[in-house]
Amino acid sequence: MRDRITAFLVLLPSLLAIGIFVYGFIGQNLWVSLTDWGKDPAQALALRPELRFVGLENYRELFTGFVDVRFRQSVVNLIFFTLFFMAGSLGLGLLLALAVDRAPKGEGFFRTVFLFPMALSFVVTGTIWRWMLQPQGGVNVLPTLFGLPPLSFPWLATREQVLVFDWNHLPFYTALAVALVLLYVAHAAYREGERRRFLWALFSAGVLLLWAFTLGRGLKLLPYPETHGFSLALVGVILAAIWQMAGYTMALYLAGLRGIPVEVLEAARVDGASEWQLFRRVIFPMLAPITLSAMIVLGHIALKIFDLIFAMAGLDYAPTDVPAIYMYLLAFRGNQFAKGAAIGILLLLLVAVVVIPYLASQLRKEVRR
Amino acid sequence: MGRVLLYAFLLLMAGFFLLPVYLVILTALKEPAKITLETVWQWPHPPYWESFRTAWEAFRPKFQNSVVLATSATLLSALVGSLNGYVLAKWPFRGSGLLFALILFGMFIPYQSILIPLFQFMKSIGLYGNLFGLVLVHVIYGIPIVTLIFRNYYSEIPDELVEAARIDGAGFFGIFRHVILPLSVPAFVVVAIWQFTQIWNEFLFAVTLTRPESQPITVALAQLAGGEAVKWNLPMAGAILAALPTLLVYIFLGRYFLRGLLAGSVKG
Repeated sequence: MRDRITAFLVLLPSLLAIGIFVYGFIGQNLWVSLTDWGKDPAQALALRPELRFVGLENYRELFTGFVDVRFRQSVVNLIFFTLFFMAGSLGLGLLLALAVDRAPKGEGFFRTVFLFPMALSFVVTGTIWRWMLQPQGGVNVLPTLFGLPPLSFPWLATREQVLVFDWNHLPFYTALAVALVLLYVAHAAYREGERRRFLWALFSAGVLLLWAFTLGRGLKLLPYPETHGFSLALVGVILAAIWQMAGYTMALYLAGLRGIPVEVLEAARVDGASEWQLFRRVIFPMLAPITLSAMIVLGHIALKIFDLIFAMAGLDYAPTDVPAIYMYLLAFRGNQFAKGAAIGILLLLLVAVVVIPYLASQLRKEVRR
Repeated sequence: MGRVLLYAFLLLMAGFFLLPVYLVILTALKEPAKITLETVWQWPHPPYWESFRTAWEAFRPKFQNSVVLATSATLLSALVGSLNGYVLAKWPFRGSGLLFALILFGMFIPYQSILIPLFQFMKSIGLYGNLFGLVLVHVIYGIPIVTLIFRNYYSEIPDELVEAARIDGAGFFGIFRHVILPLSVPAFVVVAIWQFTQIWNEFLFAVTLTRPESQPITVALAQLAGGEAVKWNLPMAGAILAALPTLLVYIFLGRYFLRGLLAGSVKG
C-alpha cells in the first residue's frame, strides 16, 4: 500500500505540470481570446492590465473585420500549404520507399541520404532554401551549368496568386467540400452494406448541398468582395518542407513494406497477379493504415508550421503568411494579445479536428486487443 | 531496363537531397566579396576558411546556450519519463489509464494555443529570458512523449520480474533501481536522442521566451539570415554549426534515431 502511494506521488508532479501548462493555459488562453486585451493602449503598459470581456468579438473580426484581411489570406495559405505539402511528402515518400525496397546497391547510403534532413532544424532548412531560391541564383541558375537557359520563376519573391476566389464564397465552398466527403462516406458505406450509415451520410450531404445552393450562395461575410488565392510564393516553402519530411514518410512506408509477409506476395504472384495488380490489390491496402498515421503527423506539422516560414521569409512578408506567423506578429510585436490568443484557439480546434478522431480510433483498437 | 530506371530515379533523388548541402558548404567557403548570384555553383579557389572562424566567434555563446539547454533538458526529461513510465506500466491505479490519455493529449496541441499564457507566466515568475526557464518549459512539454516511450517499453518487461522482487522485499524505488533501470538502457538512448534533437532544433519557445544573451543557436541563425544585406557565407557557416550536433547524432546513432521517430506513429 505504501508503495502505491509512492507511485502516485511520483506521478503527481507531472500531472500537476501538465494540468497547469496544458489544460490551465488552454483555459486561460480561451479567456484571453474573449477579452479586449490589446485594444486599449493603457493595457500595453500596465503590469496587470484590466481586461474587459467582449465575447466572440475577436473571432468575428478575424473572419469578417476590415483590418484582418491578412489573417484570412494566412488561412487560405495554410490550407493550400497543408494540402500540397501532405500530397508531396506522401507521394515522394512512397516512391522513395518503393525504390529503396527493391534492394538496390548502396541501399543504406540512399536511405541515409533521403532521411538526413529529418535531423535538421526547420530553421536550418529554411536558411538553406532561402539561399537556394534566390530569384537570380541557386536553383534558377542550375540549368546554365548544362548549357540551358536559367529558370525565371522568382520563388519567394512572387506576389502572384492562382485559384483566386472571393472570401464571401467561403461558406459555399466549405459546404461543397464537406458534402463531397460525406458522399464519399456514403459510397463506402453502400459498398460495405452498412445501410444506416449510408442513409445518414447521404441525407446530411443532401441537406448541406441544398443549403449551399440556396441560402449558402446568398450569405455575405463581408459587405464587399475580397479575393484570396493560392499564393505562389508558397511553392518554395512547400518544396523545402517536402525536402525535409519526405524521408520521414519513406521511413514509415519502408517499415510497412518490410512488414508485408513474403508469403502473401508469393501467393498473389502464384495466382497470376501482375505487378500493377499486386500494388493495387495487395500492397496499397496494406499500407493504408501507415498512410493515415503519416497524414496525421504531416497534417499536424503543417497546421502549426512557423519556424520554416520565419527562416525563409520572415514575419513581415504577407505572401507566405500562415496563422502561426500572424499570431506571433500580433501578440509579440503588436501587443494584440486577445486576437493572438483567438488565433491560438482556432489552431487548437483545427488540430483537434484532425487528431481526436485518430486518437479515438487508436484507443478503440487498443481496447479491442 | 527496370533496373536502369530505378538507379536513374535514385540518383536523381540523391541529387535533390544533397544539392542543398553542396551549396551550403560551397557558399560557406567563399569570400564574401566573391559571392555573386551567377557563380553560386562554382567551387571557390582557394577555399575561404575564415567564414567558419567568424561564424564560430559570432555563434559560440549561442552554441553554448544550445548545448546547456539541450543536454540538461534531455537528462531531466529522460529521468521524469522513466519514472512516469514505470508508474504507469507497473503500478497502475484506478483512473491511471485516463490520466495517461490526458497526459498524451499534451503532445498534440499546437503550442500557439498556450504561448501567450506561458509567456505571461514565465514573466511573472521571473524566468522570462532565462535559459533555465526554457529548460523547464522543454521538460514539461516533453513529458507526454517521454512518458509514452517509457511506458510502452516498460510494459514489455514481464510483471513476474517486478512481482518476484516484491516478494523478496523490494519497495517501489528498490524495484526501479535494481530491476527496471538495468533493463532500460535502450529506452534511455531512444528518448535521449529524440529529446536532444527536438530541443536542439526547437524554435518557437526559444524565440518567444529568450533574450539575446540566453538565445539558442536556432534563434540566432534565423535572425542573422533574416537581416538585410547579409553576406551569405556567414549564415551558411552558421547553418552548418547549428546542424552539426544533430547531424552527428543521426549519422552515428541513426538506428535509435529512427526508432524514436517511429515510436509515436506506427503502433497499432
